[in-house]
Amino acid sequence: MPVEKTSELPLRAQEDVVAARQFVRSWAVELGLSLVDQTKIITAASELARNAVIHGGGGFIRLEILQETGKRGLRLTFEDQGPGILDIEKAMSDGYTTGNGLGLGLGGSKRLAHEFFIESAPGAGTRITITRWKS
Amino acid sequence: MERIPILKIGDFLLVTVQVDMHDRLAVTLQDDLTDRIVSSRARGVLIDISALDIVDSFIGRMLGNIAGMARILDAETVVVGMQPSVAITLVELGLSLPGIRTALNIDRGMDLLRSASEETGETASAGREDL
Repeated sequence: MPVEKTSELPLRAQEDVVAARQFVRSWAVELGLSLVDQTKIITAASELARNAVIHGGGGFIRLEILQETGKRGLRLTFEDQGPGILDIEKAMSDGYTTGNGLGLGLGGSKRLAHEFFIESAPGAGTRITITRWKS
Repeated sequence: MERIPILKIGDFLLVTVQVDMHDRLAVTLQDDLTDRIVSSRARGVLIDISALDIVDSFIGRMLGNIAGMARILDAETVVVGMQPSVAITLVELGLSLPGIRTALNIDRGMDLLRSASEETGETASAGREDL
Protein backbone atom coordinates (compact mmCIF):
# COMPACT_ATOMS: atom_id res chain seq x y z
CA MET A 1 0.00 0.00 0.00
CA PRO A 2 1.56 3.32 -1.05
CA VAL A 3 2.54 5.54 1.86
CA GLU A 4 2.46 9.25 1.05
CA LYS A 5 4.10 10.46 4.19
CA THR A 6 5.40 8.98 7.42
CA SER A 7 6.79 10.13 10.74
CA GLU A 8 7.64 8.71 14.17
CA LEU A 9 7.40 10.13 17.68
CA PRO A 10 8.66 8.66 20.94
CA LEU A 11 6.17 7.67 23.65
CA ARG A 12 8.06 7.71 26.94
CA ALA A 13 6.21 10.07 29.26
CA GLN A 14 2.74 11.57 29.78
CA GLU A 15 3.80 14.69 27.90
CA ASP A 16 4.53 12.51 24.85
CA VAL A 17 0.88 11.39 24.87
CA VAL A 18 -0.17 15.05 24.56
CA ALA A 19 2.38 15.58 21.77
CA ALA A 20 1.12 12.45 19.97
CA ARG A 21 -2.48 13.70 20.17
CA GLN A 22 -1.47 17.06 18.70
CA PHE A 23 0.54 15.41 15.92
CA VAL A 24 -2.32 13.08 15.02
CA ARG A 25 -4.67 16.08 14.98
CA SER A 26 -2.51 18.03 12.53
CA TRP A 27 -2.20 15.02 10.20
CA ALA A 28 -5.93 14.29 10.40
CA VAL A 29 -6.65 17.92 9.49
CA GLU A 30 -4.13 17.78 6.65
CA LEU A 31 -5.78 14.62 5.33
CA GLY A 32 -9.12 16.44 5.39
CA LEU A 33 -10.93 14.17 7.85
CA SER A 34 -14.26 15.51 9.13
CA LEU A 35 -14.32 16.94 12.66
CA VAL A 36 -16.01 13.82 14.05
CA ASP A 37 -13.48 11.55 12.30
CA GLN A 38 -10.61 13.69 13.60
CA THR A 39 -11.99 13.45 17.12
CA LYS A 40 -12.36 9.67 16.85
CA ILE A 41 -8.83 9.01 15.63
CA ILE A 42 -7.26 11.46 18.11
CA THR A 43 -9.19 9.85 20.99
CA ALA A 44 -8.13 6.35 19.90
CA ALA A 45 -4.53 7.58 19.59
CA SER A 46 -4.70 9.02 23.10
CA GLU A 47 -5.84 5.68 24.56
CA LEU A 48 -3.22 3.64 22.72
CA ALA A 49 -0.37 6.09 23.33
CA ARG A 50 -1.16 6.06 27.06
CA ASN A 51 -1.20 2.24 27.03
CA ALA A 52 2.25 2.19 25.41
CA VAL A 53 3.61 4.56 28.07
CA ILE A 54 1.93 3.01 31.11
CA HIS A 55 1.69 -0.69 30.31
CA GLY A 56 4.39 -0.99 27.66
CA GLY A 57 7.06 0.96 29.49
CA GLY A 58 7.38 3.34 26.54
CA GLY A 59 7.69 2.95 22.81
CA PHE A 60 6.81 5.00 19.78
CA ILE A 61 3.97 6.00 17.47
CA ARG A 62 4.32 5.95 13.70
CA LEU A 63 1.97 8.06 11.60
CA GLU A 64 1.37 7.31 7.92
CA ILE A 65 -0.85 8.81 5.30
CA LEU A 66 -1.94 5.98 3.00
CA GLN A 67 -3.15 6.13 -0.54
CA GLU A 68 -5.15 3.38 -2.15
CA THR A 69 -7.12 3.51 -5.35
CA GLY A 70 -9.61 6.26 -4.79
CA LYS A 71 -9.11 6.68 -1.05
CA ARG A 72 -6.69 8.05 1.49
CA GLY A 73 -6.36 7.25 5.15
CA LEU A 74 -4.39 7.83 8.32
CA ARG A 75 -2.64 4.78 9.78
CA LEU A 76 -1.19 4.87 13.28
CA THR A 77 1.12 2.21 14.68
CA PHE A 78 1.88 1.98 18.41
CA GLU A 79 4.79 -0.18 19.37
CA ASP A 80 6.32 -0.96 22.73
CA GLN A 81 8.81 -3.47 24.10
CA GLY A 82 6.84 -4.05 27.29
CA PRO A 83 5.63 -7.26 28.90
CA GLY A 84 3.13 -7.93 26.12
CA ILE A 85 -0.45 -9.15 26.51
CA LEU A 86 -1.14 -12.69 27.69
CA ASP A 87 -4.77 -12.94 26.63
CA ILE A 88 -5.56 -10.52 23.81
CA GLU A 89 -9.22 -11.45 23.62
CA LYS A 90 -9.68 -10.72 27.31
CA ALA A 91 -7.69 -7.48 27.06
CA MET A 92 -9.96 -6.34 24.22
CA SER A 93 -13.14 -6.75 26.25
CA ASP A 94 -14.65 -3.65 27.84
CA GLY A 95 -14.09 -3.31 31.54
CA TYR A 96 -11.07 -5.55 31.71
CA THR A 97 -8.05 -3.76 33.15
CA THR A 98 -4.75 -4.70 34.72
CA GLY A 99 -4.12 -1.13 35.82
CA ASN A 100 -6.48 1.28 37.50
CA GLY A 101 -8.14 2.50 34.32
CA LEU A 102 -11.62 1.84 33.01
CA GLY A 103 -10.55 -0.95 30.66
CA LEU A 104 -12.00 0.83 27.63
CA GLY A 105 -8.75 1.63 25.83
CA LEU A 106 -8.35 -1.34 23.49
CA GLY A 107 -11.97 -2.17 22.75
CA GLY A 108 -12.86 1.52 22.51
CA SER A 109 -10.00 2.29 20.11
CA LYS A 110 -11.09 -0.59 17.91
CA ARG A 111 -14.59 0.86 17.70
CA LEU A 112 -13.18 4.30 16.83
CA ALA A 113 -11.10 3.03 13.90
CA HIS A 114 -12.02 1.44 10.58
CA GLU A 115 -9.24 -1.12 10.85
CA PHE A 116 -7.60 -2.45 13.99
CA PHE A 117 -4.75 -4.91 14.18
CA ILE A 118 -2.96 -6.12 17.29
CA GLU A 119 0.11 -8.30 17.68
CA SER A 120 1.41 -9.14 21.11
CA ALA A 121 2.97 -11.98 23.05
CA PRO A 122 4.19 -12.26 26.62
CA GLY A 123 7.70 -10.81 26.80
CA ALA A 124 7.64 -9.69 23.19
CA GLY A 125 5.97 -6.28 23.43
CA THR A 126 2.85 -5.05 21.68
CA ARG A 127 2.19 -3.54 18.30
CA ILE A 128 -1.21 -2.06 17.49
CA THR A 129 -2.16 -0.57 14.15
CA ILE A 130 -5.31 1.44 13.51
CA THR A 131 -6.49 3.07 10.30
CA ARG A 132 -9.17 5.63 9.64
CA TRP A 133 -10.10 6.21 6.01
CA LYS A 134 -11.34 9.47 4.65
CA SER A 135 -14.99 8.95 3.84
CA MET B 1 3.97 23.58 38.87
CA GLU B 2 1.41 23.86 36.09
CA ARG B 3 -2.16 24.22 37.37
CA ILE B 4 -5.63 24.83 36.04
CA PRO B 5 -7.20 27.89 37.72
CA ILE B 6 -10.33 27.49 39.84
CA LEU B 7 -12.54 30.58 40.17
CA LYS B 8 -15.14 31.15 42.85
CA ILE B 9 -18.44 32.71 41.81
CA GLY B 10 -20.83 33.06 44.73
CA ASP B 11 -21.42 29.57 46.12
CA PHE B 12 -19.97 27.87 43.08
CA LEU B 13 -16.56 26.99 41.69
CA LEU B 14 -15.85 27.46 37.98
CA VAL B 15 -13.13 25.61 36.12
CA THR B 16 -12.45 26.30 32.47
CA VAL B 17 -10.14 23.73 30.97
CA GLN B 18 -8.27 25.50 28.21
CA VAL B 19 -5.23 23.32 27.68
CA ASP B 20 -4.70 19.81 26.37
CA MET B 21 -4.17 18.18 29.77
CA HIS B 22 -1.61 15.50 30.40
CA ASP B 23 -2.68 12.93 32.97
CA ARG B 24 -0.82 14.39 35.94
CA LEU B 25 -2.37 17.80 35.36
CA ALA B 26 -5.82 16.22 35.35
CA VAL B 27 -5.10 14.47 38.65
CA THR B 28 -3.82 17.75 40.14
CA LEU B 29 -7.07 19.44 39.11
CA GLN B 30 -9.06 16.69 40.80
CA ASP B 31 -7.10 17.15 44.05
CA ASP B 32 -7.21 20.97 43.90
CA LEU B 33 -10.96 20.95 43.33
CA THR B 34 -11.75 18.71 46.27
CA ASP B 35 -9.58 20.93 48.51
CA ARG B 36 -11.32 24.06 47.23
CA ILE B 37 -14.81 22.62 47.71
CA VAL B 38 -14.04 22.16 51.38
CA SER B 39 -12.07 25.38 51.97
CA SER B 40 -14.59 27.59 50.12
CA ARG B 41 -17.71 25.66 51.24
CA ALA B 42 -18.84 25.59 47.65
CA ARG B 43 -22.27 24.15 46.84
CA GLY B 44 -21.50 23.39 43.23
CA VAL B 45 -18.77 22.93 40.64
CA LEU B 46 -19.03 23.95 37.02
CA ILE B 47 -16.48 22.44 34.66
CA ASP B 48 -16.34 24.04 31.23
CA ILE B 49 -14.79 21.70 28.66
CA SER B 50 -15.79 23.63 25.54
CA ALA B 51 -12.13 24.12 24.63
CA LEU B 52 -11.37 20.40 24.78
CA ASP B 53 -11.05 18.70 21.37
CA ILE B 54 -11.21 15.25 22.89
CA VAL B 55 -12.23 13.53 26.11
CA ASP B 56 -10.61 10.12 26.43
CA SER B 57 -11.21 7.47 29.07
CA PHE B 58 -8.71 9.05 31.46
CA ILE B 59 -10.32 12.51 31.36
CA GLY B 60 -13.74 10.85 31.51
CA ARG B 61 -12.72 8.99 34.65
CA MET B 62 -11.36 12.19 36.16
CA LEU B 63 -14.68 13.98 35.54
CA GLY B 64 -16.50 11.08 37.17
CA ASN B 65 -14.14 11.15 40.15
CA ILE B 66 -14.64 14.88 40.62
CA ALA B 67 -18.43 14.51 40.50
CA GLY B 68 -18.30 11.62 42.98
CA MET B 69 -16.00 13.33 45.46
CA ALA B 70 -17.92 16.60 45.19
CA ARG B 71 -21.18 14.79 45.93
CA ILE B 72 -19.70 13.28 49.09
CA LEU B 73 -18.64 16.81 50.04
CA ASP B 74 -22.21 18.04 49.49
CA ALA B 75 -21.56 19.83 46.21
CA GLU B 76 -23.10 19.21 42.79
CA THR B 77 -20.98 19.02 39.62
CA VAL B 78 -22.11 20.04 36.16
CA VAL B 79 -19.93 19.55 33.08
CA VAL B 80 -20.74 22.11 30.40
CA GLY B 81 -19.86 22.93 26.81
CA MET B 82 -19.02 19.50 25.44
CA GLN B 83 -18.51 19.63 21.70
CA PRO B 84 -20.88 17.42 19.68
CA SER B 85 -17.97 15.52 18.08
CA VAL B 86 -16.64 14.77 21.57
CA ALA B 87 -20.03 13.45 22.69
CA ILE B 88 -20.31 11.19 19.62
CA THR B 89 -16.80 9.84 20.19
CA LEU B 90 -17.31 9.27 23.93
CA VAL B 91 -20.36 7.11 23.36
CA GLU B 92 -18.57 5.06 20.71
CA LEU B 93 -15.60 4.69 23.05
CA GLY B 94 -18.03 3.16 25.54
CA LEU B 95 -18.09 6.01 28.01
CA SER B 96 -21.48 7.52 28.75
CA LEU B 97 -20.29 9.44 31.84
CA PRO B 98 -22.73 7.92 34.31
CA GLY B 99 -23.36 10.05 37.38
CA ILE B 100 -22.22 13.24 35.69
CA ARG B 101 -24.70 16.04 35.11
CA THR B 102 -24.16 17.99 31.93
CA ALA B 103 -25.49 21.21 30.45
CA LEU B 104 -25.05 22.83 27.06
CA ASN B 105 -23.36 25.98 28.31
CA ILE B 106 -22.28 27.88 31.42
CA ASP B 107 -25.60 29.74 31.80
CA ARG B 108 -27.64 26.55 31.79
CA GLY B 109 -25.11 24.87 34.04
CA MET B 110 -25.41 27.73 36.54
CA ASP B 111 -29.22 27.42 36.48
CA LEU B 112 -28.91 23.72 37.18
CA LEU B 113 -26.57 24.31 40.10
CA ARG B 114 -28.78 27.06 41.53
CA SER B 115 -31.89 24.91 41.44
CA ALA B 116 -30.00 21.97 42.94
CA SER B 117 -28.66 24.08 45.77
CA GLU B 118 -32.07 25.69 46.43
CA GLU B 119 -33.65 22.25 46.75
CA THR B 120 -31.21 21.08 49.36
CA GLY B 121 -30.10 24.51 50.52
CA GLU B 122 -32.01 24.80 53.79
CA THR B 123 -31.28 21.41 55.27
CA ALA B 124 -27.71 21.45 54.02
CA SER B 125 -26.88 24.87 55.43
CA ALA B 126 -28.48 23.90 58.73
CA GLY B 127 -26.29 20.82 58.78
CA ARG B 128 -23.23 22.90 58.11
CA GLU B 129 -23.86 25.14 61.08
CA ASP B 130 -23.16 22.17 63.29
CA LEU B 131 -19.68 21.60 61.88
